[in-house]
Amino acid sequence: MSTILTVTDLTKKFGHLTAVNSLSFSINKGNVYGILGPNGSGKSTTLGMILNVVNPSSGTFSWFDGAKNTHQALKRVGAIIERPNFYPYMTAAQNLRLVCRIKEVPKSKIEEKLELVDLLDRKNDTFKTYSLGMKQRLAIASALLNDPEILILDEPTNGLDPQGIAQVRGIIQKIAAQGATILLASHLLDEVEKVCSHVLVLQKGKRIYFGKVTALTTDHGYFELNATDLNALQKVLESHQDIEKIEVYNTHILAYPSKSMTATELSKSLSEQGIIITHFAQKHKSLEEQFLSLTKNQQP
Amino acid sequence: MKRLFLIEFDKLRTNRSSRILIGAYFILLTSIALIAAIKFDIGPIKFHLAEQGIFNFPYVWHFNAFIGAWFKIFLAVVIVSMTANEYSNKTIKQNLIDGLSKREFLHSKWIMIFAFAGISTLFIFVVSLILGLMYSNYTELGIIFSDFEYLLAYFLKLVAFFGFCLFLGTVIKRSAFALGFLGVWQMFEGICYGLLKWKSPSWIDADQVFRLFPLNAMSNLVPEPFTRLSAVRNLAEQVGEVMQTNSAVRFWNIVIVVLWSYIFYLLTYRLLKRRDL
Repeated sequence: MSTILTVTDLTKKFGHLTAVNSLSFSINKGNVYGILGPNGSGKSTTLGMILNVVNPSSGTFSWFDGAKNTHQALKRVGAIIERPNFYPYMTAAQNLRLVCRIKEVPKSKIEEKLELVDLLDRKNDTFKTYSLGMKQRLAIASALLNDPEILILDEPTNGLDPQGIAQVRGIIQKIAAQGATILLASHLLDEVEKVCSHVLVLQKGKRIYFGKVTALTTDHGYFELNATDLNALQKVLESHQDIEKIEVYNTHILAYPSKSMTATELSKSLSEQGIIITHFAQKHKSLEEQFLSLTKNQQP
Repeated sequence: MKRLFLIEFDKLRTNRSSRILIGAYFILLTSIALIAAIKFDIGPIKFHLAEQGIFNFPYVWHFNAFIGAWFKIFLAVVIVSMTANEYSNKTIKQNLIDGLSKREFLHSKWIMIFAFAGISTLFIFVVSLILGLMYSNYTELGIIFSDFEYLLAYFLKLVAFFGFCLFLGTVIKRSAFALGFLGVWQMFEGICYGLLKWKSPSWIDADQVFRLFPLNAMSNLVPEPFTRLSAVRNLAEQVGEVMQTNSAVRFWNIVIVVLWSYIFYLLTYRLLKRRDL
């Protein structure tokens, strides 16, 4: 697996404030990475540094194993930071043409990418006439112009209405499904949970977790159950050898297995005991709960 | 180089205010030719400005280089506002993220400065040549193609001035304030000169120090041409005034202005490099 980005001990100080503190991680081709952290945890500063707009105080980073200098490497990257920044007086097509010139890619891609984000019919309107959702979609089209080896998105759904959020997410999921490498910074956990395979959790500029999203969810999930005879169900579950704990939650029973167990296994063994199940759901602790417990542990 | 030129050209071409200002600038440069139309014909007094020798070769190079420089403020506004807009629209940030280096960004602006200065010089050359051929009393090739140092001086003066504007636009990031500061700086130079004259110790020659100031150095580069005009000199002699003319392009003024251009370039680069966006 080839390395796209390696970050080593990256630090950024603004006066006495340390926005990013000795951060290290690496990004491999083909994975979708999320950067999670509350507001002000250093997500944008980190992205700013690797994208050549913020000067690091110390530490290094290298793109594509250091094969090229940063600005050359960025021509192979697609990135959107915070708000879409374009020339307000230029049309969408003119703005993208300028990006093509900067990235040195053929202009033939413009129509294709505008089509992808559903802006083709507005391509000759000036950027200033666009709604925020359209601006954000244009930014995505612009980031995709060079068919980037990695797509970097910083809060891509920030400030959008529900429809805009759904559109932007749909586009991201489509790109992720094509096997692209993506780095997505967000404070919206479900957003990260939906698309990311790996996650970097930041707090106060420090890395508190980096690895697979699934590894972050260390437990085996739990089952949410209900049956015609609730007492019988409870008894059977209590005597089940692989269930370590049960909880009654509202009208449901929550059963925590001690090892990984499929839904089929459990429902089979329950029906063998003559339990008629009326509700059955296998659940995992959400990333949000994981994240909250993780950041809580780090509090001084 | 071509890529950087096209990037900046695209930004200018699509901006309506820039197009209008640049258009107005070149129309005004051409309007120097209208001076030729100044004619008084009041009974016995017949006065035709074009016949007074202002369009004689090689004097016309000097005269037009001096007059043409008055209009440079139009392009200065374009440069300052294009630079400041890169900051207020945050497009400079996007340019860098898209893969333009800070040096490339600066070079694309400087290419535009050279292009503006170069095209203006070419324009002045053509306008002067036509006016000269129409009105000059001397049209020998040797005379036509003399005194070209005024065109060179005009070119360098524009480059330095635009370089100063680019620097101010980058420092201040707001076009109106940057232009305001340009005016303040002009006054500052004047006040400094006054103070130097008035208070400086005798071993300091105020005039020599003043020569080093950027805006003053630029204006010294193409000295005023009027006292060189024979009509003016005759008039002065009639009232008993002996005119001291100092209208040559001086080598040291060229050096000072070129140095300032380079200093502005370096300072702008340093600022771009250091500043977080």
